[in-house]
Amino acid sequence: MSEPLAVVGNGMAATRFVDELMQHALGRYSVIVIGAEPRLSYNRVLLSSLLANEVDEAAIELKPRRWWNRHGVTTLDGQAVAAIDRQARVVTLANGQYFSFSKLVLATGSRPIRLPKPGMKLQNVLTFRDLADVGAMRALMRKDARAIVIGGGLLGIEAAYGLAKAGVKVTLLHLMDRLMERQLDPRAALLLKRAIEAKNIEVLLGADTKRVLGEDRATALELSCGRVLPADFVVCAVGIRPNTQLAHDAGIAVNGGIMVDDGLTTSDPNIFAIGECAEHRGRVYGLVEPANEQAKILARRLAGDRSAVYLGSAPATNLKVSGVNVFSAGEFMESPSSDVLTFEDEGAGVYKKLIIEDRKLKGAVLLGDTADGLWYLDLIRSGADVSPLRDILAFGPALALSQAA
Amino acid sequence: MNAQAPAVYTTCPYCGVGCGVAVTPDGAGGAAITGDKSHPANLGRLCSKGSALGETLGLESRLLHPMVDGARATWDVALQRIADGLRQTIERHGPEAVAFYLSGQLLTEDYYVANKLMKGFIGSANVDTNSRLCMSSSVAGHKRAFGSDTVPGCYEDLDEADLLVLVGSNAAWCHPVLYRRMVQTREKRGTRIVTVDVRGTATTESADLALTIAPGMDAVLFCGLLVHLADGDFIDRAFVRAHTEGLEAAIAQARRIAPDIATIAKKCGAARADIAAFFDLWATTKRVVTLYSQGVNQSWQGTDKVNVILNCHLATKRIGIPGSGPLSLTGQPNAMGGREAGGLANQLAAHMGFSADEIDRVGRFWGATRMARREGLKAVAMMEAVERRDIKALWIMGTNPAVSLPRADHVRAALRKLDLLVISDNVRATDTIGVGPHVLLPAAAWGEKDGTVTNSERRISRQRAFAPPAEEAKPDWWAVSEVAKRMGFGAAFAYPGPAAIFREHAALSAFENNGTRDFDLGGLAVLGDADYDKLTPLQWPVPAGSPGGTKRMFADGRFFTPSGRARFIAISEPILAEATDAEFPFLLNTGRIRDQWHTMTRTGLSPKLASHMPDPFVEVNPDDAVKLGLTEDGFASVSTAHGSAMLRVNITAAQVPGRIFVPIHWNDETSARARVGALVHAITDPHSGQPDSKAIPAALAPVSFAAHGFVLVRTRTQLEGDTVFAWNAIEGGYAARFATNEPFTALFEALAVRSRAAELATYNDPAKGIFRAALILREKLDTVLFFGLEGEVPTWTGLAEAWQLERLDATARRFLLAGRTASASFDASHTICACFGVKSRAIEQAIADGACSTEAIGARLKAGTNCGSCLPELRRMIATSAARVQEKADAYMPA
Repeated sequence: MSEPLAVVGNGMAATRFVDELMQHALGRYSVIVIGAEPRLSYNRVLLSSLLANEVDEAAIELKPRRWWNRHGVTTLDGQAVAAIDRQARVVTLANGQYFSFSKLVLATGSRPIRLPKPGMKLQNVLTFRDLADVGAMRALMRKDARAIVIGGGLLGIEAAYGLAKAGVKVTLLHLMDRLMERQLDPRAALLLKRAIEAKNIEVLLGADTKRVLGEDRATALELSCGRVLPADFVVCAVGIRPNTQLAHDAGIAVNGGIMVDDGLTTSDPNIFAIGECAEHRGRVYGLVEPANEQAKILARRLAGDRSAVYLGSAPATNLKVSGVNVFSAGEFMESPSSDVLTFEDEGAGVYKKLIIEDRKLKGAVLLGDTADGLWYLDLIRSGADVSPLRDILAFGPALALSQAA
Repeated sequence: MNAQAPAVYTTCPYCGVGCGVAVTPDGAGGAAITGDKSHPANLGRLCSKGSALGETLGLESRLLHPMVDGARATWDVALQRIADGLRQTIERHGPEAVAFYLSGQLLTEDYYVANKLMKGFIGSANVDTNSRLCMSSSVAGHKRAFGSDTVPGCYEDLDEADLLVLVGSNAAWCHPVLYRRMVQTREKRGTRIVTVDVRGTATTESADLALTIAPGMDAVLFCGLLVHLADGDFIDRAFVRAHTEGLEAAIAQARRIAPDIATIAKKCGAARADIAAFFDLWATTKRVVTLYSQGVNQSWQGTDKVNVILNCHLATKRIGIPGSGPLSLTGQPNAMGGREAGGLANQLAAHMGFSADEIDRVGRFWGATRMARREGLKAVAMMEAVERRDIKALWIMGTNPAVSLPRADHVRAALRKLDLLVISDNVRATDTIGVGPHVLLPAAAWGEKDGTVTNSERRISRQRAFAPPAEEAKPDWWAVSEVAKRMGFGAAFAYPGPAAIFREHAALSAFENNGTRDFDLGGLAVLGDADYDKLTPLQWPVPAGSPGGTKRMFADGRFFTPSGRARFIAISEPILAEATDAEFPFLLNTGRIRDQWHTMTRTGLSPKLASHMPDPFVEVNPDDAVKLGLTEDGFASVSTAHGSAMLRVNITAAQVPGRIFVPIHWNDETSARARVGALVHAITDPHSGQPDSKAIPAALAPVSFAAHGFVLVRTRTQLEGDTVFAWNAIEGGYAARFATNEPFTALFEALAVRSRAAELATYNDPAKGIFRAALILREKLDTVLFFGLEGEVPTWTGLAEAWQLERLDATARRFLLAGRTASASFDASHTICACFGVKSRAIEQAIADGACSTEAIGARLKAGTNCGSCLPELRRMIATSAARVQEKADAYMPA
C-alpha cells in the first residue's frame, strides 16, 4: 500500500520534486499535486520569453499530461488549498474536497509585491509573476502604447524587454542608482543599462514612485521628484514575498518564509517545504537553482536516504537578461583587501570582473560572454588557490587547459 | 594583364658586393626577387637582406611629392626655391658656403651630375658623401700606394686563394654572399680562413685561426708580418726593385713598431703562438687574399692600416695575380661609382685631383664657368662648417647624416642653422628630415631608378627600373639638372636620360687619358642608348679598344704614381685616438648586424629581417656584466663624451672584457634613444677624413624601468615620455617591445587618439601591474598595448595570428588580451544551456550522435536539466536536425 503524499503547489519546485521522487522511490508514495493555477506546471523562467514572443505557451510546459499520467500522479489544477489539519493529516480545498496525507510538501511559491503607494490597486497596474500576468499584459500590448515598469531587477527588466519587443514604449523605473544591484557591479550595471537603452527602453535610475494617477485606470505615474510620466499601463516588478499564509494558519513555524531544517522539514515532522516559500537557515531563495537542489534532496530523503541534507545554496545568477547574458556569483564587489581583474570588450559587448582575495576566487560578474561562468562558480565554491591561473583566469578554462597541456 | 612580366635584371641596393638581382614584378606593386645566376658578383646567390627586397617595395613610408617649408609644393616651385637659394648664398657668401652631401646609394649618373654642378659651375668642391664613413681610408691607402684609387683584384681571386685573411670584417653578416663564396673555396680546395678582429663574430667563429686583438693594433700585426717577411726572405726582390719604392724605410718603421713576436703579442693582446702561426701561414702561402672592411677603414689611422696590408702584398708581389691580392670590402652599393665620378671633396672628377692641369682639363671638358680650385670639406669637416655657419646652404641626397655621422646629435642641431637645407630622399621620415628641411624632394627609389653602380671589384652593373617612379618621385640626376638649368647652366645639363650622362662620364674618364689614369671608360664613351640598356656587368678600366674590361690590375708592375712605382708606406705608431679613463672605462665598437642595413629606411620595412635581432643592443662580456650588475635583456645606458643611448644588454663571451659593441642601425624613426652615431667622437683619419668609429671611450651602467611591454601598431609612431622601444616590421604593421617609466594611461592615450573610431578592449589586473588594451577598427586589430612588470609580459608573437586577421573571429577576439591563442579545442559557438555551459556545437554533435530528445541530450550533456529555459531551443535544434535528415533522405528518393 502506497503512502499518500500531497504536494501543495504545482510550480517548478513541485515538478522537480515529483520528478526526482519518481526516480528514487517509484511506487512508494501515492502522489497528489494540488495547484492553484488552472494549468499544468510550466517554466516560470520562460515567462519573459513568452511575453517577448520568443516561445509559445506550449513550449514552456514542464511535463506533458501523459508524463504525469504515466507516473500515476494525480494533478489538481486550479484548486487552491484552504486549510491543513495537521492532527488529522488532511488538506482541505476551497471547494470542500479533502485529501489525507502521511507526508505533505509545501511548494507554495511566492507572490509579487505591490508597492505600498497610492494608485497601485488601479486597473492596468499589473504584476509579472505568472501566465495570467502575461495574458493581462498581452491584452494591453498595443504598438505605441506607453508602459511604465517599476523595478530594475531581473523581473522588471525582463518585463520591459518583452513589452518593448512588442512595440510598446517602455520606461523602466529603478529606485537604486544601478540596475540589478544585487547581482551586478556598477560597471556591469551601466553596460546592461546601455544594452537595454539600445532596445528602445528608457531607463530612469533613482526613480522613486510617489503614486499612480488615474480614476479607475492608471493614466500616469508621479515620481517623488514631481515628474509625471504618462502611461497606458504600469507593471510593478519590485520583488516577491513567500506564500506562507496556509502554513501559518496551520500553526507551522513561519518567519519570512516557512522555516525548515537541513532535512527541509518544517516544525511538523511530516510536513516539508521547498522552493521560494521555504526559509532555510534564515535565507529565502527566489531562484530556480536552490529550489531544484531542495527538491532533489527532499526526494532522496523521502525515498529513505537520511544522509541527504540541504546545507544551503550559494546561488549564481546565470541568465539572459533582455537578450544579454548575465552571470553573477559570490562576493562580486571589491573590498580593500581584494584584487580585481577586469576584462572588457565594448565592441563585443563583453565585461568580466573577477574578485580575488587570499589567493581564492571570491566573486565574478560576467556580462555578454558568460560561457565560463560555471567554471568560476566551481572555483568560488571549491575555494581553490587560483594564483597559478591568475593571468589566464579572465580568459577561461580553454586557456587553463591549453596551459596545462 | 595576366601574363607575367618578364624578369628585370638589376643590382641589389645594399652592400658593395653588388649582387645581380632578377626581379619579376607581380603587377600589384610587389615583385618576386631571385639572385641573377648570370651576374659574376653573386652567381645567383642572395643574402637575407637581398632576398627580402620584395618586402620593402610598399609605398607606406615613401615621400611622394615635393615639400617646401613643410607644405606640399610643385616640382617647379621646389626647384626654383633651391636654385634661388643656392644663387643667393653664392652671391652673398661665395661658393664655399654651399655644399652637397651625397650617398653611396646614389647611382653613378646622379653623382656625376651633382659633382659637375658643384665643382664646375658653382665653383666649390664641397661635395662629399656617406662613403666617407665607409671606405675613404681605402681610397687614401690605394692612392698612397698605387697612385690611384684602384682595387687590384676581383672576386674570382676568392675562388682561387689558398689563404683568406679577413681583417676587421664580419663578412658572414655584412658581405654574406662573398663569405659563402670563401667558405665554398675552403670546401673545394682546403683554403684556410684567418680572421683578425677585436671581437667574436659569426665570421670569426668558423675561422681556421681567429686572432682576437686589441683595438687599433691590427697595424702592429701587419708591421710584424712585414718584418717577418723581410727576415724570412719572403720578399720578391726583383718585383720590389723594378716596380716599387720605399720598402727599406717601411721595414725600418715596421721593425720599430713590431720588433718581435713578444712585443706584437703584448700590443695586440693575442697569443704568441697564434701570431706566429698567422705569420707563417701568410708567408708560406703564395695565393693570399687579404680582405678588409670597416674594422680597418673606420679608424683615425685607417689609411695607415690599409697601407700596412698593401705593404705586405706589394713586398711579396701578391697583387694582381689570380688568387692573390688585397681586397677592400665596400659597404655600399655604389661607393666606388661615386669615387669614379669624383663625389668626394678631395677628388675633382674621374679619378683626377686638383692640380692645375687637371682643373684645366676637366674645366675644358665640361665647358665649366666656375671651376673649383681646391679640395672641399670632407663629411665631418663639412658638418663642422655647417655648425660654424660657414656653410649656409646644404643639399643632402639619399642619406641620413643626423643618424650616421659622428656626434650625430650635434649634426642634427647644426643642420637647423642652415639658411637652406634641401633633402632628396625616397622616404618621408628620417631623423635628418626631422630637422625640418626647407625643401624636400621625392627621389625615385630602387626599382624605379635607372643607371649604373660599381661594386667592390670595379664591376659596373646596371640598376634597372622595374616600376615607374611612385607618384611625383624623380631621379636625383633630373632634380640636380633642373636646378642647374634654373641657375643658368642649362646648356651643360641638358641630359635626356641616364645613358647620355654615362656617355659623358665615360668620355671624361678617357679625355686626355692615354693610360695615365687608371679609371678609363673610353670603350663605353660611345655606348648607344640601347647598348646602355643592355649593358652587362663589366670591370673597369674599359679603355677604347678593350671593351671586355679588366679583371686584375698591377700584375705588370705599372702603377699610377708620378714615378710609375708602387710606394711602401712607413706608418705612424699605432695608438688609440682616445684612451679609456675612469669616467669612460670601456671601448665602444660600432657596426652592422646581419639583417639590417644602414638606418633601416628600407630593411626596417621587412618583417623577415626584423626577427633576427629585433632590438638595439649592447654586447657586453659576462665578467663586465657581473661587475656592473647588468642582466641579459635588461637595459644599460651607454654614454660617451658626446651622447648617450639606452640599449638592451646582450651578454656574450664574444666581447673581450672592457670592450662593448653596439649596432649602428637604429634611430629615432625606428626606436628611442638608440642613436649610436651620437656616441661616436668626431676624430678623423688625417689622410682620408674617415671617422674613427670603432674605439670610443664609453661608460656603461644598468638602467631599470618601472614597466615593460609591447605595442602593435599599423603605422609607426613615437611612444610617449620616458620610454625606450624599437619598432619591428611585422606583417601588416609594426611591433615594439618597450620599457617605460610612464603610467599605462599616458602611453595608451597617445596611441588611442590616432584611431578614435575604434572599439576598445581592455584587460587589467592592477594589483599585479598588468594593463592591456586593444583598439579594434572595423573588426580588425588596429593597436595593441600590453603593459606590465618586467618578466610579466608575454611576447607579442602570441597575437601574431590575430593581428593578421582581416576580421577578428570570436575566438581570436576573446583570447586576444591573454596574449596567446586558445587551444584549438575551444568551442566558440553560442552557449545554449547557461546553467551547465553547454554550447551549440556540442549539442549539434549529440543530436547527430543520436540524441533525439531533450531527455537524451540532458542525459548526455546535462543541458536543459536545471532551469530548463533552453529546452525550447533544444527542441528546435532537434527538429531542425530531423528536417535536415529528412531532406537528405528525400534527396535519395528516386525521381
